[in-house]
Formats: sequence, structure tokens, C-alpha cells
Amino acid sequence: MKHLLSIDDLSYHDAIELLNLGNEMGSVNKREVKKLPALSGRTVANLFFEDSTRTKISFEIAAKRLSADVVNFTAKGSSVSKGESLKDTVLTLEAMGVEALIVRHNSSGAAKTIADSDWSQSTVINAGDGTHEHPTQALLDALTIRNKLGSGAESGDLSGLRILIVGDIMHSRVARSNAKLLRKLGAKVFFCGPPTLLPNGASPLVDGIYYDLDEALSDKFDVVMMLRIQLERMSSKFIPSQVEYADLYGLTESRFNNLSSNTVIMHPGPMNRGLEIASAVADSPQSVITQQVTNGVAIRMAVLYRLLAQEGSSK
Amino acid sequence: MNSYLIKGSTLADGKIKDVLITSGVIEEIADEITSNAQTIDGSGLILLSGFVDMHTHLREPGYETSETVLTGSKAAAKGGYTGINAMANTNPVADNAAVVEQVAALGKKAGYVEVQPIGAVTVGLEGEQLADLGKMNKSVANVRVFSDDGKCVSDSLLMRRALEYVKSFGGTIAQHAQDPALTKDAQMNEGALSVQLGLAGWPSVAESSIVARDVLLAEKTGSKLHICHVSTKETVDVIRWAKARGIAVTAEVTPHHLLLTEDLVADYNAIFKVNPPLRTEQDVVAVRQALADGTIDIVATDHAPHPAESKDCEWAAAANGMIGLETAAQVVISTMVNPGLISWQRFEDVMSIAPAKISGMSNQGCGVKVGAVANLVLVDPKAEVKVSSESESLSSNNPYIGMKLSGSVQHVFYWGRQTVSDGKVVDLGEGT
Repeated sequence: MKHLLSIDDLSYHDAIELLNLGNEMGSVNKREVKKLPALSGRTVANLFFEDSTRTKISFEIAAKRLSADVVNFTAKGSSVSKGESLKDTVLTLEAMGVEALIVRHNSSGAAKTIADSDWSQSTVINAGDGTHEHPTQALLDALTIRNKLGSGAESGDLSGLRILIVGDIMHSRVARSNAKLLRKLGAKVFFCGPPTLLPNGASPLVDGIYYDLDEALSDKFDVVMMLRIQLERMSSKFIPSQVEYADLYGLTESRFNNLSSNTVIMHPGPMNRGLEIASAVADSPQSVITQQVTNGVAIRMAVLYRLLAQEGSSK
Repeated sequence: MNSYLIKGSTLADGKIKDVLITSGVIEEIADEITSNAQTIDGSGLILLSGFVDMHTHLREPGYETSETVLTGSKAAAKGGYTGINAMANTNPVADNAAVVEQVAALGKKAGYVEVQPIGAVTVGLEGEQLADLGKMNKSVANVRVFSDDGKCVSDSLLMRRALEYVKSFGGTIAQHAQDPALTKDAQMNEGALSVQLGLAGWPSVAESSIVARDVLLAEKTGSKLHICHVSTKETVDVIRWAKARGIAVTAEVTPHHLLLTEDLVADYNAIFKVNPPLRTEQDVVAVRQALADGTIDIVATDHAPHPAESKDCEWAAAANGMIGLETAAQVVISTMVNPGLISWQRFEDVMSIAPAKISGMSNQGCGVKVGAVANLVLVDPKAEVKVSSESESLSSNNPYIGMKLSGSVQHVFYWGRQTVSDGKVVDLGEGT
């Protein structure tokens, strides 16, 4: 495995190994000296064409804890008309000797285009491409679920768990990557959202679809993952209003109170408190939202280690 | 002017004949002709009326690094064409007599094919005000087909007016059917794959709903409507209904919509980005069937050259379009003739006779008949060719590179003059 572009790049065993490695890295993060020498002398670049503070910082901390040198390249916009092309940006960084590109881009497929191109020999990690995938987010979510709910199976996968992902499925790379990974690990995954944001074409990605949140929640899920709703979805006619959305698809306190006390609540952040998730729910003991962030650093360390230290040494 | 004797080629009806070309016209067709004219061995080859493309983007004026009238004409000749219609989305836009006359003159100067300009329907393709349709028609270029191709004439009133206006000179409006509101930021065919790839969908209904509106407007106005690049089975259904009702609508399908499907988008390789997008297998089956049964009248290339940097980038930033003049006949042979969906007669009809008629090119598509202008093509039906990147076009956005296609264009005659010999474009020199 040279790149991590999509969950499709991972076999079941790759995924389990990464989760195990993520826990090892997590234990490093609990030490006083949170640093391993694994990537000493290696250079990785955060190549962010889209605003993202948390993912960028998470990758940066992960790389630094493995002793890599990290450079950050941030640029708004992407197309040729807006300035330097993606190709020229990549060629420039490659010419400076960067070995790994961590790419966030608003165009679906951008990370794959770089990996497939003759512009780049680097390892490419997809840190979110348009509305396509965000594989490290799915890995950190899987790690969080596994650590919270354990697993009956000896294999350490998620067999038997039922997971509901709620909200703007259409525009969510988190939903796509999670559906692929969690199902690969044996969980049953369901989507819930208004039909305008949950297209028919999504059916092959999951075990089932709900348009009604209350109906969905009455079917008992181990994990409920709420997605961020972008405020511009109102102006682009996907949904009528914030109030209606919060009412119909928000995880309100009353909906939360009807859930089993074992139900785990997740959100990839950043949250719109009071819109898709009530503050009291986000801050409740059942919420693992801050664990998700913590595990993000650990799993990104695992991915960097796997792709650069393990693969790199075997080349 | 040279005389040519084409010996022993097979005509579309299957008859093997000798054909004598003199002074730019077909002088004689017989079982056996003796002449001291230059002899072309036509044995094993199929002799057809030269192909006519209703839908070519030549990029001149304005984008001469992608294609010029000369290079596009050569690419057309290589593909077996003797006539092409140049789309209006140049810079400046072909929305006035000066630009269309310039394009027509450049075509004459190049001399490889007849270049008939298509005029824009609206000023600057902006969809707001009618272009000088009448003046373009009365100009030396004698424009007969108008299109805002690349953009849809989406305003219903404007479309109605355009259809009405061109009636005075028997013009045709060629519609790029795409509801802009339903295709905002669209990147590929809408369906399970677009959801999986996270690319904004271009739903079939954005095409078929415009076609439904336009055939009804054509019925009301009694005008001639042509539908560009039909890509979906729903559009086929609408056109079939309209034709059964007697509405004067004609339609084209591109070679790429006859062969390629949306699966090719899965790797985000922008060479496969085109508008309308590649569709599903069911759509491909539907457009093939429609071309076979006459619901779709013709094949048109939508040859759309783009510079390398417009494809060597992330998917969303890439330009729409693929080149296709040189491979069109091969794709149609591979998808339609060889599988037995159409005969060589129907092939000649969809590639030459019908497009000439729809575009009003009276010296094109006249068939292999005594007295007709010698616009002819000789095709080797047995050839199996692996498509290479070699091209007469200035651009290399060819989606078929590496694929195996059937048939090859061997010789082409434009007004009795050989433009392609043994598959190679003849150098006619400059300023001929």
C-alpha cells in the first residue's frame, strides 16, 4: 500500500492492523514525551486547498510525533483560472524533496489524480476530497467505536454493531468513507436524512435508508453519528429552513432521552450546536466527540507510520 | 484537375463497381471501366458518400492553440469527412456575419473539407438576445443552422422566438438540451456512481425535459428543430413520440455516447469528462437502438479539442469534451455495423446523406451517383486498429487511445481531389 486515497484501498486486514497500530500510537500520546523517531529526516507536506483547521493540525501533530519534518501549504481555490494549477503546486513540492503529500481539496478525486499522475512520486494521503472520501476520519471513527463498545469478535472488528449516520449524506465524504469502512469491519450501517440530501443512488453504500429520524431511532442503534449541516444548503434549496431541519433531523434532547443509555453519540465536527445536535447531547457522557479528536492524531500517526516507515523501508 | 478510376470497390448496397471521377464529379459507374485516369485499387474497400459532421468545434478564431480551421479540416479529412459544420462558440463568438464569413473563408483556404459555419442563436451565447440570424443567413457563409451549443437556449420565450424567426429562410435551431438549473456544477451522469464518487450529478431529466419542451415549441411554430448529442434513453423516448406525431425534429448521437459509459469516470481521469456526460449501459443500448430505427437521424462528433492543461488537472477543473473526427467512423462501425444493428446503407445515411440534408449542404451527401459531386470515402471494413495518440488535430484529448476499433478510412476525395491516400492526409500545400 503506497497511498491512502479511499477506504477501497484497504483490505479488511489492513484496516484491523491500522486500528491496532492506532491504539499503540494512542499509548504514545499518553506518555510525557510524546515522540517516536520513526520518521526522523522525512518530510511530509500538508497540502490544503480548502479551509480545515482541525484536520490540518491533527495531521501536523501526528507527523511531528513521529519526528517527521512538516511543511504546510494552504491555498484557497483550485482551478487553473484561480492561479497556480494543482499540477504546478505538486511539481514544486516534489522538486523540494517532499516524500508524502497530505491532500485536502474541494474537488472529488483530487488526491487520486495526484497519485495517478506523472507529477508525483510521493505517497499521497487523502485528507478529504470534495464530497468523495475522508478515509482517516473513518479510521478514527472506527477506532473510537471499537474502543468504546469493544467487540464481541476476537478479530477486533465491529461485527454485530448497528450504526446510524444522520444528515447531509449527499455532500458528506465522512458518510461515504464511514459506510465503506464500518461495513468492511462487519457493522451494519444505515443512512438517515431528507431525500434531497440522501439520493437514491446512495442505497448500494449502506444496509438501509431512512427518511424519518424518529422511525430510524426507534430501530435501536449502537452508534448514532450526526453530520454537520452546511448553512448554504438552505439557499441552494435542499432544505426549507434551519428550524425545520433541527426539528426533523436534529438530535434534540427529547430524541436523545428516548435512546438507550448505551447508545454512543458521534460527530465529526465542527458542530452546529442547537442545529443538528443539541448542546446537552454533545456534552453528555454518551458522546465520544472529543475521543474522536484524540483518536484522530493516533490513527493519523498509524497511517503515516504504515505508509512511510513500513512501506518505505520495504521498497 | 486529376481524374481517378476507383476499381472494384463495394458500394453501400453491396454491388461491386468501377467508379470514374472527372472534373470533380462522378462521371461513370459501371461493372468495368477502362480509362487512363489514375487508378485506385478499391478491392475489399467500401465506397461511400463522404461523411458530413453536423457538430465540430474548430476553435478558430480565439483558441488556435487547441485547433485551427486548417488542422480541424485535416483531422476531418482523415476521418473520412468531406463536409463539417463549425460550431459557434469561438472567441469572438460566431454570432454575426463577419465571423461566420471568416470561418467559411478559412475553410475554403484550407481546402480539405467543406466548412459550413453554424451561427449562434443568441448574442455571445448569452441566452438573452437573438443574434443576427438573418444577416448570417444572407452572408456569403449562408448560415442555415444556428446553435448556442455548449450552452442551452433555456429561456422558453427566446427558444420560441428563435424557432419562429428562422422560418423565413428555412433555418434550423440545433439545441444543446441541458436545463441549467438542474445541472448546476454538474460533473457526471447522476446515479449510484456519481453518489459513490462524490461528483455532482447531471440527471437525464435535465436533457429530456428541455427536449420535450422544444419539440412542442417546434410543433407550435412549425419550425425545424435539431437535437444535439442525445445521451439518454428518456430523450430517445421523447423524440420517438415527437416523430410519431409528425414534428419536424431531427437528432444526433455522438460516437462517444454510442461506445463509452460512465464507469470510465471512476478513476477521475478527465479525458472522459464531456458534456453531456457519459451515461449508463442502458442509455448506450437505447441510443444505438434509436440510431438503428431512425429515431436518431445521424452521428455527429462533437469534436471538442482542448489543450493538455485543461485535462491534466483535477476533475472539477477540467474542461468538457473529447476529440472525435478521426475515430468517428470506426466507432460507428464497431458499435453499429459489425454487431449487425445497421447496414452499410444505413451507415452511409447516418454519416453522410442525412447530416448533409439536415445542415443544408447541397453538394454533400449526394451518394455514389453519376453526376454527383465527387465527395467520396473508401473504408476498409476489415481493418482492426489500435487507436494511437497520433492525430492531425492540435489537441490530444482522445478517449479511445489504446482501444481496438474496427474499420479504417483509406482514401477520401473532396470535390474530386484526393485528400487522404492510404490512410494518410495528402499535403495540399498552403493557401490552396
